[in-house]
Amino acid sequence: MVQIRELSKQFAGVTAVDRVSLDIKRGELFAILGSSGCGKTTLLRMLAGFEQPSAGRILIDGVDMTDAPPYERPVNLMFQSYALFPHMTVAGNVGYGLKKEHLPAAQIDERVREMLALVKLEALAARKPDKLSGGQQQRVALARALIKRPKLLLLDEPLAALDKKLREHTQFELANLQYQLGTTFVVVTHDQDEAMVLASRIAVMAEGRIAQVGTPAEVYEYPANRHVASFVGNINLIEGRVTGSEAGRVSLRCEALNADLTVQVDGAGTAGGDAAPGAALCIAVRPEKITISRTAPDARDRNVVKGTVRDLGYFGDQSLYNVRLQSGAVLQVSAQNLRRSASLTVEWDDEVYLSWEVASTIVLHS
Amino acid sequence: MNHDANKYGPPTQRWLRRAVRLPYLWLLLFFLAPFLIIFKISIADPIVAQPPFTALLVWGAHGIQGIRATVENYAFLFRDSYYGIIYLSSLKMAAIGTLLSLLLGYPMAYFIARQPPRRRQILLLAVILPFWISFLLRIYAWIGLLGNHGVINHFLMSVGIIHQPLTMLYNDFAVYLGIVYSYLPFMILPLYSNLERLNLDLLDAAADLGARPWRAFVDVTLPLSIPGIVGGCLLVFIPAVGEFTIPALLGGADTLMIGRVLWDEFFVSRDWPVASAVSVVLLLLLIAPIVWFQHLQNRELEATR
Repeated sequence: MVQIRELSKQFAGVTAVDRVSLDIKRGELFAILGSSGCGKTTLLRMLAGFEQPSAGRILIDGVDMTDAPPYERPVNLMFQSYALFPHMTVAGNVGYGLKKEHLPAAQIDERVREMLALVKLEALAARKPDKLSGGQQQRVALARALIKRPKLLLLDEPLAALDKKLREHTQFELANLQYQLGTTFVVVTHDQDEAMVLASRIAVMAEGRIAQVGTPAEVYEYPANRHVASFVGNINLIEGRVTGSEAGRVSLRCEALNADLTVQVDGAGTAGGDAAPGAALCIAVRPEKITISRTAPDARDRNVVKGTVRDLGYFGDQSLYNVRLQSGAVLQVSAQNLRRSASLTVEWDDEVYLSWEVASTIVLHS
Repeated sequence: MNHDANKYGPPTQRWLRRAVRLPYLWLLLFFLAPFLIIFKISIADPIVAQPPFTALLVWGAHGIQGIRATVENYAFLFRDSYYGIIYLSSLKMAAIGTLLSLLLGYPMAYFIARQPPRRRQILLLAVILPFWISFLLRIYAWIGLLGNHGVINHFLMSVGIIHQPLTMLYNDFAVYLGIVYSYLPFMILPLYSNLERLNLDLLDAAADLGARPWRAFVDVTLPLSIPGIVGGCLLVFIPAVGEFTIPALLGGADTLMIGRVLWDEFFVSRDWPVASAVSVVLLLLLIAPIVWFQHLQNRELEATR
């Protein structure tokens, strides 16, 4: 549906977007995730037609749109700032796109009403944008961008300007709306939670390139490289050296942890790569994959290390621990507080065992 | 609880509040007081004396005996259609001059506002630069440029484009040119400060929704720049209505502007009361747009809050 082919953009010699290729399917809610300055906004502006690519093509439904101006593209954008016209009413803002299509006034009114009903703003049709709350403005911006029934809707940090409570609520509303309309959505965001909750697929961008494309679970559980691993979610990165391998398992020595660990290398998504003895290998473990206990766990198919609780964060539903190993390295652990209890099972300065499944260990390209 | 401290705030704030009132003092001294003096003269009778008008208060043996005032001077202005015609003509010339300044100033302000910040500063400086030369000198310079034997005619004739000098001086054209030339910066500056603040996302949004660049300008930039347009127009229109120097130096005998009439009444006829009445009426004519401007400004202030 949307095909991005080797798209590049240079600004005064600086490469903002570097040979990006993506295929976005019809009806998909696709997220482009990256930190600020990774080129995601430039990519978005090229899709909307505000920036001319230095190289590469953009095809929408097979039609080359690379050189089409914004007003001729079947693409609409919801701006991060919303960019509502301050001198027009809510209805005026929402109907603006249809007016430019020279539809009869009655038809415009009809579709504006429909759209306002969809975003639950019928009562505010005659208001000016500055008399609306942030959440209401966001919905006006969304309605305005959707009314032309674009083939592709771009959303630039759609929830960034909302407070936390509203954001969680709006996330689901947005996903529902997308499901209802079946419009292809591309969300650009720096907020990994936003991307994970909203999107059916995520492209992680770094330094102008696509680092990984996959479902939220793929990106989280099978990150393609160190950058993706540490950008999406919390993670413990561990460096090691291969000491031997057998039957799809590699044992390695981690000096930083002063421990011998085992990882699985034939599993989906893990990098087989160079497992010759002596080779450097980077592995990673998510904090929630680690079990914390005061008694020694069963070591079968698990990696086990010992340490002391240095920091403890109690969040009600879960607790976060920073555990210092004898070697001085610190591992992050999170645990669900499954049982109701006013006293914690693991306390500050407790000697604890940390263990995680061999299969839960991520092997990264160095 | 110390009630006074609450009411007047801490000393620094009290000082600040007094400072804030300074503009009122300024207005009182330099606007209201002169106006009252002029008004007083406008309701007096002209006499051949020094000063050439009757006193407002009639003094007797036991102090003030009465007040001597007349509306005859105003009645005179309304009876003689000459004044009405001149007021209208002044308003018309100022309005046309303002419109021309707007048509010229808007694109200039727009252009400057879209430049990179450093170049904006330079261009703005260029707009203000003519103020470094005396206004009178600059108007005189136009006489040298526009005259029958002036620079422009001389050049056009020597190149052979024309064979008779064009009459460009001592007519309404020269006055319009003078007004546009002199007041253009007053048009550009408020327009610039308005256009510079325009959120460019709005133009992108208009384009995104199907508006071609010109449409986006008409739908978004133009309506949002109305406060700048109004501000610039008033800053040009108000002084242009009462303009004396430009019509006196560049205008012809048939250029009717109230500033010249005022001059003639004061210095030729030496009829101070009528001259004062002329200026009071002029002021009243101009107060309407000033009040309107204030109203718009307040509304804009509220909108940005």
